[in-house]
Amino acid sequence: MFDALGDRLHGVFSGLSGRGKLSADDIDLAMREIRRALLEADVSLPVVKQVTNAISERAKGAEVLGSLKPEEQVVTIVNEELTRLMGETNVGLAMASKPPTIILAAGLQGSGKTTFCAKLARHLQKQGRAPLMVACDVQRPAAADQLEVLGRQIDAPVYRGDGKDPVKIASQGVKEAGKAGKDVVIVDTAGRTSVDEEMMAQLVDIRDAVDPTSVLLVLDAMTGQTAVDVASAFSDAVDFDGVVLTKLDGDARGGAALSVRAVTGAPIIFIGTGEKIDALEAFHPDRMASRILGRGDLQSLMEKAQETVEIEDPKDLQRRIKDGNLTLEDFLDQMRQVKKMGPISQLLGMVPGFKSATRGKDIQVDEDKLGRVEAIIQSMTPEERRRPDMINGSRRRRIAMGSGTSVQEVNQLLSQFKQMRKLMKQIGKGAIPAGLAEGLAGGQQLTHP
Amino acid sequence: MSDEEVASSASEGEDLGRWADLFGLERPPEPEQDEPKKRRGFLSRMRESLAKPRQGLAPQLASMFSDRPVGPDDWDDLEDALIGADCGLETTEEIVNYLRSEAGAGRIVMGPDLAKALWKTVGERMSPEPPTITLDGAPTVIMVAGVNGSGKTTTIGKIAYRLSQLDQRVVIGAADTFRAAAIEQLQTWAERGDAELVRQAPGADPGAVAFDAVAAGKARGADVVLVDTAGRLQTEHNLMDELKKVAGVMGKVDPAAPHETLLVLDATTGQNGISQARLFGEAVPLSGVVLTKLDGAARGGIALAIRSQLGVPVVLAGTGERVEDLQPFDARAYAQAIFSPDDQ
Ligand SMILES: Nc1nc2c(ncn2[C@@H]2O[C@H](COP(=O)(O)OP(=O)(O)O)[C@@H](O)[C@H]2O)c(=O)[nH]1
Ligand SMILES: Nc1nc2c(ncn2[C@@H]2O[C@H](COP(=O)(O)OP(=O)(O)O)[C@@H](O)[C@H]2O)c(=O)[nH]1
Ligand SMILES: [Mg+2]
Ligand SMILES: [Mg+2]
Repeated sequence: MFDALGDRLHGVFSGLSGRGKLSADDIDLAMREIRRALLEADVSLPVVKQVTNAISERAKGAEVLGSLKPEEQVVTIVNEELTRLMGETNVGLAMASKPPTIILAAGLQGSGKTTFCAKLARHLQKQGRAPLMVACDVQRPAAADQLEVLGRQIDAPVYRGDGKDPVKIASQGVKEAGKAGKDVVIVDTAGRTSVDEEMMAQLVDIRDAVDPTSVLLVLDAMTGQTAVDVASAFSDAVDFDGVVLTKLDGDARGGAALSVRAVTGAPIIFIGTGEKIDALEAFHPDRMASRILGRGDLQSLMEKAQETVEIEDPKDLQRRIKDGNLTLEDFLDQMRQVKKMGPISQLLGMVPGFKSATRGKDIQVDEDKLGRVEAIIQSMTPEERRRPDMINGSRRRRIAMGSGTSVQEVNQLLSQFKQMRKLMKQIGKGAIPAGLAEGLAGGQQLTHP
Repeated sequence: MSDEEVASSASEGEDLGRWADLFGLERPPEPEQDEPKKRRGFLSRMRESLAKPRQGLAPQLASMFSDRPVGPDDWDDLEDALIGADCGLETTEEIVNYLRSEAGAGRIVMGPDLAKALWKTVGERMSPEPPTITLDGAPTVIMVAGVNGSGKTTTIGKIAYRLSQLDQRVVIGAADTFRAAAIEQLQTWAERGDAELVRQAPGADPGAVAFDAVAAGKARGADVVLVDTAGRLQTEHNLMDELKKVAGVMGKVDPAAPHETLLVLDATTGQNGISQARLFGEAVPLSGVVLTKLDGAARGGIALAIRSQLGVPVVLAGTGERVEDLQPFDARAYAQAIFSPDDQ
């Protein structure tokens, strides 16, 4: 669907020698591609103009270094500019010097405010704080119920007040927190469109009633061109301090992140990466820049791996990989570890170049199938798992019976496992196969023939 | 009654008539009034909600559409206007190229010609015919699907309300068993829409709920069964499989069910909307799009791109959070409303 920017610029620069300064014409051509890429990633038009101007200025002055291809150099400039625009480093949530810290969540309908409130409460609980959530959405049916259900899941109290007057509920909620000895108050509000003057005025009243430490704009990562209108309207009304970008677990490129930052200057503080209460992460401008440019996010993948994957004896595993002695036991173990990291399709999306290598084709990872693979391996004896070569016809039938699968599926798993072992051996020897993405796509057939 | 109230009840009657047309039902008798111009209801509502201040778009259009010859700079401005409305590059270029060729052939000369040609072509590209949802099932099963927070549950309530007004018996199935308090929310909407709710406990199998709802609808002689589903991002393969299963299981009661599957799409959505329509469409054949939240700052041009690239038309437009805030989609009126300078 989307080509990575580098691929496109490669086309633009393919006639270039790679020495000297880029000509004005080359730069103009490159800018056209950059503009397209940014628009396809939903960066708002005025911001696209601003960014391409800045990039063009830098590119004009830049020497094309001999060692770098011009497209790489331009991509680097683009990446740096986007990162710079989004704020270089990750900004944390400000806490009040004197409790309670009061956080006000605002945004359009359905952007993910209520879910975020619960995620934030959970996040702060983990840091040893005691949050109270306040349900000020009296508009949407069962909004307070929703917050309460989420609160119960994480054992955080929810103040609902009379369920009628959001301004009153908010200020009473803060008092309630004081009485109950809570040090953080998270105020959930109703969704509102940025052009609804009455509702925007109500938001101002809520803010004035609770005098929050931070006002956060909760914005859907799938937002298109209106991100600038929305951000400036909320900024004018309540001058928010930070942004939460939700639903980044999908395939949205998230250009809205850039738009919002560029027009309001407010940093993005958190990103939402799923419906579950734990799916809240810190925002990293450099990773977001890569994502907007379609370059994947190896950094996040590595971090996720480090957080979740526990390898008992990594040295030993590495040696066995190198020697081509990987066992099905290792394989089962690895598979479970990877599964802990989240849906495979989401993980693959983080591999740089993966999306463009597969040309946006929907690579489907059948998690059901993973379950069947697991069942097959579990039906093997420990000896069989260590020495898959010993698994003959009658053993295959037994394993198929035991795992409720077919002999054909067992055969498939075994032959793919052998292939993988070979591939691993090559990687282990440093012979990384040409095209990492293709390799991975091939490896992935292990679970999806 | 004040003048304002007369006007609003008149457009209410007109609205209901258009709902009757959508479902192929008999129009209820219209309240007496002098100027029942067609489209007035939709256009004025769209105008009302879309005529709010927006950055950039209106001033350019005002100049472009003013009574002067169309000049070379206008094409860039037009392109910006289309992109700014989220139509996407591909569709924008198609439309600009088409209009340029019309100008080249002498069929567009002055600003107002350009305006009319733009509205016409956008309208035709979005849907040449008024939308229809035929109620020929016993009952007709309509399922909604879409990403998280797009407006599925609200849309169900609004559809139920109109069907009830048209004397149709409606059963709603609460097959979003995942999101916190989703069932309570739907319960309220079922009451507003005067429909019966079939529900199970949170966490229940959504397929089982959908099955129950269709079976109950059939047993109770309902005309329509509306099935709500949990929001899901189109890239979540497991959840898309689940959606397929929900649709499939209803087929056990009636092989033709679901008769209609509507993709509920938030108008603020940018280019990701294409991916949504494509992947949802691959999981369950889509009969149309419900374009919600048109009362906000967004213009929803992604729906035009979806229609152009994937052929799925918009059938309903959501313009607010009240039960009346949903209308059968009128492509021409929409085109005119989103590409109008404020004073047009
Ligand atoms: N996939 C995904 N869904 C989310 C995320 N955040 C919220 N949601 C879902 O989006 C929908 C709307 O969220 P909600 O909190 O009710 O939005 P609100 O109307 O702004 O309060 C719900 O279905 C949530 O489960 C996220 O980061 N990823
Ligand atoms: N302004 C506006 N809000 C809407 C519209 N349709 C739905 N909403 C709101 O969007 C939010 C999410 O709607 P909901 O029906 O719960 O979405 P679902 O998660 O897809 O079921 C709620 O706050 C609704 O009130 C609309 O047409 N206009
Ligand atoms: Mg909410
Ligand atoms: Mg819902």
